[in-house]
Amino acid sequence: MSAYKNNEHKIEGIDKTLPAALAKPGPRRYWLWRRRGHVLLVAFARGGWVALLAVAWGSFSIPPWTIVKILWRRISGNPGVTTWPASWETVILQIRLPRAILAALVGAALSQTGAVYQGLFRNPLADPYLIGISSGAGLGATIAIAFGLLFGWGSLGAVSVLAFLGALVATALVYCLSRIGGRTSVVTLLLAGVALGAFFTAIQTFLMLRSNDAFHTVHIVGWLMGSFNLSSWAKVQLLAPVLAAGTAIMCAYGHRLNVLQLDEEQAQQLGVPVERTRLVLIVVASLVTATAVAVSGIIGFVGLIVPHAVRLVWGPDHRFLLPMSALIGAGFMVVVDGVARTLLSPAEIPVGVLTAFFGAPFFLYLLRQKKQQLFR
Amino acid sequence: MKWQMGRLFPKRVFGRRRARPVGEQSSLEARKLRFRFGNTVILDDVDLRLSPGRIVGVIGPNGAGKSTLVKLLSRVLVPENGQISLDGHDLTAWHPMELARVLTVVPQAPELPPGFTSWEIALMGRTPFLGWMGKESETDRVITQQAMVETGTWHLASRRVSQLSGGERQRVVIARALAQEPRVLLLDEPTAYLDINHQIETMMLVTQLVAERKLAGLVIFHDLNLASRYCDELILLQSGRILARGRPSEVLTPALIGQAYGADVTVIQHPANRLPVVLPL
Repeated sequence: MSAYKNNEHKIEGIDKTLPAALAKPGPRRYWLWRRRGHVLLVAFARGGWVALLAVAWGSFSIPPWTIVKILWRRISGNPGVTTWPASWETVILQIRLPRAILAALVGAALSQTGAVYQGLFRNPLADPYLIGISSGAGLGATIAIAFGLLFGWGSLGAVSVLAFLGALVATALVYCLSRIGGRTSVVTLLLAGVALGAFFTAIQTFLMLRSNDAFHTVHIVGWLMGSFNLSSWAKVQLLAPVLAAGTAIMCAYGHRLNVLQLDEEQAQQLGVPVERTRLVLIVVASLVTATAVAVSGIIGFVGLIVPHAVRLVWGPDHRFLLPMSALIGAGFMVVVDGVARTLLSPAEIPVGVLTAFFGAPFFLYLLRQKKQQLFR
Repeated sequence: MKWQMGRLFPKRVFGRRRARPVGEQSSLEARKLRFRFGNTVILDDVDLRLSPGRIVGVIGPNGAGKSTLVKLLSRVLVPENGQISLDGHDLTAWHPMELARVLTVVPQAPELPPGFTSWEIALMGRTPFLGWMGKESETDRVITQQAMVETGTWHLASRRVSQLSGGERQRVVIARALAQEPRVLLLDEPTAYLDINHQIETMMLVTQLVAERKLAGLVIFHDLNLASRYCDELILLQSGRILARGRPSEVLTPALIGQAYGADVTVIQHPANRLPVVLPL
């Protein structure tokens, strides 16, 4: 599409092999790490291995090789001789596997939308719940619990459905309120999100205090901290297509997110449709986050920390940052969920508590190691 | 005031072919531009024409509307009255991507994200030519490398933006603009933070590119002597109106400068090239 032919650039005198000075900054210990595609494959493989170990671990340990044999038997439908008790099969297939897969999907969803929001708002403190998702979801869940609503949709209870609707309504409100004169500035979006969040939280607290049953309050607080206790294959089937589509769309916008890091005017003058990109990314990210919140509650810290960790190690290029955050977030969440259900077995620690507990010191360690400034 | 950025879907011309660049050169023409911000009139009755191979300089005191003019010409703002046409087509009929392939703006003191390297910033100049996924080809990399060599920023390629000085950042932005392969180049005070050697280098580069590639250039200057040396035509703006236009020797007179800036100056002739040199009294 260039208007000039190659020979008009007099490129014979210029060294066409870009020198090592232009290699991406990052870990250069293995030759494998220099190609970003290879890095992603390795991360995917390691994530699978971690997931397998997490499924093996639990209140009683099952050898990983047995898990592989159980899965293979299930997939191939071969009614051969089984050398393991039937209860193991139930535990693996009905309880632990969907739970691990759901944790991986939720971790990937939250990390990737966190990276997208940090890029959209050019703010290092942005997380997936920035413009109203957490307050809307919390209010929806509180309404469902406080009024004892019992309707459901498919396998989701009233709490999940109302949380999903509340999250989307809150985000739509924030976006519409901050659309002034045909454009939405990032500062206005942030402030509107804060204001609406405070408003919804006030109503939520009021409902919690007014409800006569103390159990309601405990239930609400527990849901607000997030848990994978009620995982099921139905929830996986609900989240997986939403996440797959959302991930594909968000990764395709990686280059435009890079250019959006410049001024809005500069991005516009480089041909990027700023308003349309912002709208599409907010809609897709909100849908993905709202679905993740509907199935597992509000798990904080993952969407904030994982993109920063990836950025500190591999740089801010969003074409690599988005898929890598998803993979690292998935592995992180699977590990944390494994610890959450095992540490105080048979009681469960809410996942949100553990993500903060693990995430913060690790991030501080990374900061001290790299000694690089947080982007913007 | 209408912001072009607010449109979700850029206005297209239905029933006619979309505006596309034709041939190798482009010209930009503006007629009777008028722009208001709230109740203040920023620009009134401004005409200008950018032709291939010529540099038009815009000078004027602070608040005269120079930066607003550049924003109007690059379609960031929409004028209240008047027409701007690029290659004969109205500016609003251009798709933003096609417009970005023809017209480039070097803004004044742009903010750059500190985490990226200069190479990545300069490579962003190829955005209008990349597909949806933003995958750069070898041609894109070579063109960007050439642009960085020409602006003297190639040795800064792997350094992060946060480690560059203001002048180096300015030159990286100019390299990005050159990588965009423009046909119409709008520069808003490109020499603001540069040392005198870089000022001369940058303006020599702009002059050479305009002459070689037949670009249509518009440069906003604060320094009147740089404007006199490097422009083919000068436009003197005051309070949104054109006070004078013509060759530098016609515009840079003590009377006009006194009227526009309110300053007492004297104008002498440059001993080498006979161009006007403005000196304070």
